[in-house]
Amino acid sequence: MSDGSAAFGHDLAEVFGPAHLDGGADVGAEMVQLLTPEGERVHHPEFDLDFSADEVRGFYRDMVLTRRLDVEATALQRHGELGIWTQLLGQEAAQIGAGRALRAQDYVFPTYREHGVAYCRGVDPQHLLSLFRGADFGGWDPHDHNFGLYTIVIGAQTLHATGYAMGVQRDGLVGTGDDDRDMAVLAHFGDGASSQGDVNEAFVFAASYNAPVVFFCQNNQWAISEPIDRQTRIPLFQRARGFGFPGIRVDGNDVMATYAVTRAALQRAREGSGPTLVEAYTYRMGAHTTTDDPTRYRLNDDVESWKLKDPIERVRVYLVRNSLADQAWFEQVQAEADQLGHDLREGCKAMPDPTPLSMFDHAYAETPPELLAERDGFAAYLESFDETAGAH
Amino acid sequence: MVSTGSTTGGTKITLAKGLNMGLRKAMENDPKVLLMGEDVGKLGGVFRITDGLQKDFGEDRVIDSPLAESGIVGTAVGLALRGYKPVVEIQFDGFVYPAYDQIVCQVAKMHYRSRGRTPLPMVIRIPFGGGIGAVEHHSESPEAQFAHTPGLKVVACSNPVDGYWMIQQAIASPDPVIFLEPKRQYHATKAELDENTAPPPLFTSRLMRRGNDATLIAYGPTVKTAMLAAEAAAVEGHSLEVFDLRTLSPLDLDPIYDSVRRTGRAVVVHEAHGNLGMGTEVAARITEECFYSLEAPVLRVGGFDTPYPPSRLEESWLPDLDRVLDAVDRSMGF
Repeated sequence: MSDGSAAFGHDLAEVFGPAHLDGGADVGAEMVQLLTPEGERVHHPEFDLDFSADEVRGFYRDMVLTRRLDVEATALQRHGELGIWTQLLGQEAAQIGAGRALRAQDYVFPTYREHGVAYCRGVDPQHLLSLFRGADFGGWDPHDHNFGLYTIVIGAQTLHATGYAMGVQRDGLVGTGDDDRDMAVLAHFGDGASSQGDVNEAFVFAASYNAPVVFFCQNNQWAISEPIDRQTRIPLFQRARGFGFPGIRVDGNDVMATYAVTRAALQRAREGSGPTLVEAYTYRMGAHTTTDDPTRYRLNDDVESWKLKDPIERVRVYLVRNSLADQAWFEQVQAEADQLGHDLREGCKAMPDPTPLSMFDHAYAETPPELLAERDGFAAYLESFDETAGAH
Repeated sequence: MVSTGSTTGGTKITLAKGLNMGLRKAMENDPKVLLMGEDVGKLGGVFRITDGLQKDFGEDRVIDSPLAESGIVGTAVGLALRGYKPVVEIQFDGFVYPAYDQIVCQVAKMHYRSRGRTPLPMVIRIPFGGGIGAVEHHSESPEAQFAHTPGLKVVACSNPVDGYWMIQQAIASPDPVIFLEPKRQYHATKAELDENTAPPPLFTSRLMRRGNDATLIAYGPTVKTAMLAAEAAAVEGHSLEVFDLRTLSPLDLDPIYDSVRRTGRAVVVHEAHGNLGMGTEVAARITEECFYSLEAPVLRVGGFDTPYPPSRLEESWLPDLDRVLDAVDRSMGF
């Protein structure tokens, strides 16, 4: 890296200013923040917003419930009830901030980790569990929630989001000035995906057609074991400039700032001003998935330092310090979380396995005769065991 | 039997014209139909298949795209999710691979993933096959790669009249369709189009010529080769039955089984490599269904198992009339 930095440092400095002399994912990057890790409200010239007590309490409750969902699902995986789980621990503010900034008519394309956004869109958490249990590939109807199915292939959904946004343009739902009709599309992805061709092609298409899409990158610093410096030599949000649209870095552990920045970006898209890249700067406190072992590739000190920037704790401190919530209220949220945990556990364990023949359903809208014949053959094969059992 | 040679009143069209007219018709009938691809607008596509359509339907419906195949197919997926019916043009067969991930992992699986809640009616048009003296990557036959992928339907047209009807039927299909067009035939021959004659269903094979001694099975560019071979064989006293598969996934082989049960011999002809090509599947299925009727093993005639060669060699590489007849002779010799 040092050789490369020496060779290219000069050019980076020319393009991005002297702070980029050495290159790197963080050098010289400013970050929008409205609530410090210590729970202090700070102000920003461009993205400041007034939040009512109800709104802040809502953020807190959303994040606590989202964390509980994540912790509970992790435990269910450990108990063998889920095949795998993609943990979001530490990314609650990024997801609730983005999820709550959406309007009902907006459409979301998630990765496989957007449990908090799914919760904001009213997706039954049992549907998230059924996917990771292996009962289906996501049991919700995307059209009911304007929330697409989880996409496992890294970055593929950013192109779907861009195409969907091109459709929204053709439907005349951009820039009409009607707040209840104008639509934006929110495309989720991560720092690892930023290296994918599809993400870069999505940027090109979105810029070329001025599509109403917000690219929301949760930079959680790790693509499984690969650190952010393996993906980029400049802060990710700065890449947007090269594609011809604005990029903003926001403190992804600050729910207020994430909400404010995403809201502004979505509004910009709805008004017809085109795409924005939002880089929510956060940290994956857990493993990539429950099969991952982060102790092999990262330092505990790093994790400890990010614990001090916890997205939920800073809101709790803010609420207490400003007397916006009392002990009884916190206990009530805790009770709600406990109830959610209980419901998730019971629901997951009671979930029926799909029947074998259902695997033939929906491969096509119009099932070809040869597939029907294959299914019938398998049905007869299965029935032959019943007959054998009956004969004994 | 064969409606392509109809002499009733109609216009004589090339395959390129048939496809162009079919696309126009589909766009007139359904405002949700969009065309997308590289150079499909002002230029009308490098083969002029979309000629004049942007002028008449506007830039929002005939979309000139950035030069990125995964981007084209990936955004088409999004448009389809929004309720549009994108018809994507991949400029050449060998350029489809950057979109392969989107096609195999997204286009093919979206309906299954959502348990039918998000149908993905879209068409991916791919000019395929060789014989045009092109450089590398412009003459390939990738159909088996898509026919091997559940969730996709794969069809290949072979003549102008089928081009006109099949493209409209593919666009009307609720499933995603890979639509293969034999580029060598685009401007080669004309046929009479009678728009009042109803076409056969899309996912059906078609008997092209009756015969008793052996069954030739072809699709796309090799239908013409097979028909010429049958004519030549007739001079030598052999009567060959010829089928145009038309649909590669699903396959429609029942009429072909009936034929082989009569003739006892079958030869599959395609430009694609023989190894694990469509002919392999067709041969296996014929063997399963017609085992006791076969007088000889099912033979395959195809491109060799090399990469597509430099164009000075392509006529040696491509299956031609003589190689088809040679295979028929070998079948007869068993």
